[in-house]
Amino acid sequence: MYIPFDQLLIQTINGVVTGMILALVASGLTLIFGIMDVVNFAHGELFMLGAYVGVIALAATGDFWVALAAASVTIALLGAAIYLTTLRPLLGRDPLTTILATFGVSLVLQNYALWQFGPVARKIQQPFTGQFTLFYLDYPWYRLAIALISAGIIGALWLFLKYGTFGIWIRATTQDRVMAQAMGIPVPWVLMAVFAIGAAMAGASGVLFGPLAGVNPTMGLDWILRAFIVVVVGGMGNLAGSVAAAILISLLEAYASLWVSPAQAVIVSFVVLILTLLFRPTGLFVATPK
Amino acid sequence: MSFGAENAPHPSASRASPSPRERGEGWGEGQSSDRRALIYWSGFSVVVALLIIAPLVLPEFWRRFLTEILIWGLLAMSSDLLIGYTGMVSFGHSAFFGLGMYGAAAALLWFEPPSLWLAIPCGLIAAAAVAGFVAYFSTRLRDIYFAITTLIFSQIFYVVIFTWTEMTGGENGLTFSRPPLAIPGIISVAFDSRTLHWFVLAVVTLSYLILRRVTQSPFGMVLQSIRENETRTRAIGYPIERYKIVAVMLSGLFAGLAGVLYAIQNRFAAPDFVFFLVSGEVVIFNVLGGIGTLVGPIVGAAFFLLLREGFSRFLTEYYLIPLGLVFIAMVIFVPQGLLGFARRWLNQ
Repeated sequence: MYIPFDQLLIQTINGVVTGMILALVASGLTLIFGIMDVVNFAHGELFMLGAYVGVIALAATGDFWVALAAASVTIALLGAAIYLTTLRPLLGRDPLTTILATFGVSLVLQNYALWQFGPVARKIQQPFTGQFTLFYLDYPWYRLAIALISAGIIGALWLFLKYGTFGIWIRATTQDRVMAQAMGIPVPWVLMAVFAIGAAMAGASGVLFGPLAGVNPTMGLDWILRAFIVVVVGGMGNLAGSVAAAILISLLEAYASLWVSPAQAVIVSFVVLILTLLFRPTGLFVATPK
Repeated sequence: MSFGAENAPHPSASRASPSPRERGEGWGEGQSSDRRALIYWSGFSVVVALLIIAPLVLPEFWRRFLTEILIWGLLAMSSDLLIGYTGMVSFGHSAFFGLGMYGAAAALLWFEPPSLWLAIPCGLIAAAAVAGFVAYFSTRLRDIYFAITTLIFSQIFYVVIFTWTEMTGGENGLTFSRPPLAIPGIISVAFDSRTLHWFVLAVVTLSYLILRRVTQSPFGMVLQSIRENETRTRAIGYPIERYKIVAVMLSGLFAGLAGVLYAIQNRFAAPDFVFFLVSGEVVIFNVLGGIGTLVGPIVGAAFFLLLREGFSRFLTEYYLIPLGLVFIAMVIFVPQGLLGFARRWLNQ
């Protein structure tokens, strides 16, 4: 089977672009899991609501970057509210109960969006419309910008965790919650902040993704599945692994969609997951377990 | 229906709440096991008798509704074998349910004349094959990893069914006619809503008795010991991987049976039933009713479907908003479910 070089290159760029958005979603998910032991089933819905807040803010202000900031802040507040009402009473119980509770949250949020915004897809305008010529295609600069912005946000998160005082508190809480508490770190606030940060990342990626495809109430379902695959393949709670896995899976799906329809290309990521589970059950990018 | 208290299977303390539950308090103490068995079986007969009489007195709509509760209850009960007894939360039961449905659909469409006794084994074989496949991979993982893996596996089958249009009808699904209820050479009657209800009731009751027997067998005891302490069970010398695979397959088999029944009741198979939200609803049934009780999930299914019926009168398709809120509140405040709550309340 002959595949022209230009198509392969285009799909590589496409794969990296969606991979970076996926990495942004998945790193929020893995951050929340790594630190709180909470599997956030509602993460896809936070992504979807972020996109809707973006639509509303864009209509109100006309500025994409304001919309991006507004969505991040709103979804962070929503995340904090979800944490306080739903997850805080469940801390210390089996992590499985958090799956159940956040599954309930996702049902509520998804149907709320359906009720509030209707089933018709909305559109977010691209902030800039420049294009460059890539072989026979006019490739929008915006797509490349998405990848850069996502990389910037993930990089900022990494720097924050590494050097920021609050970031150090977060890492201390991950390592030993009781000891961190004993050292005077306000653990409940740290946990709430982590959930809010993870939520904000989901909200931001929703706005970034908005211009690529429509915004509709069920878009979160698709993303939460892919984010789960990424998080398992990359290793639960492993930030760098998630980013690598997100790009790997998106690239493979992009290449696969050269041969089959995009709906079937998803199966490639399922296959990656199965192979990972067979040979490296703790994740591809984690040191080999004992 | 809170008569499942006879053996009072520990409603998964590790899962629902960290504190040990009041196991068998009240019901058990001071009563001989003969007496408890008597109470259990008389309660069981009363409930079954009521369910047999029900279609004679209920109007058409509620008759269908009751049948539907029984079918969803069977599905929830099958997943209780994993959630409540083995401590593995499966988010993939929609795959087993859906494959049972499509297996039955294939048998009804391919074979002339359509026969009930071909549809059931075909559905069961399809579901068991899928369950075996899922079990082989997913039982390598525990807890949330198991939950996520089963979820993703069910999505694989969803995508396959959704995109393989020539075979499965794609998005539109398959429609077929309902086979007659026939015992070859003796009797053949067309299903109406009454006979269908009795048929479903018979299948569900039988499945309940089988599952109950399974959970009380040595095999079921090993499953419960895996739930309580997997490492120690392994240390005692049980090959827990094999036990888990068999548990998932058994559970998938009964889920497939529920799928066959649902296909026969509704005369269609659709990819929507393979989507993971159905698995989520099954988990909700379990949590609402009380895990580790077998009857609890049926109660949960009834509660959920009644609430849905009630809410959808006012809110049409947005009924999941209040239902989701009720579910979250139950997870936080009543982790032992309606049945566990009723039992505790009776004990006071």
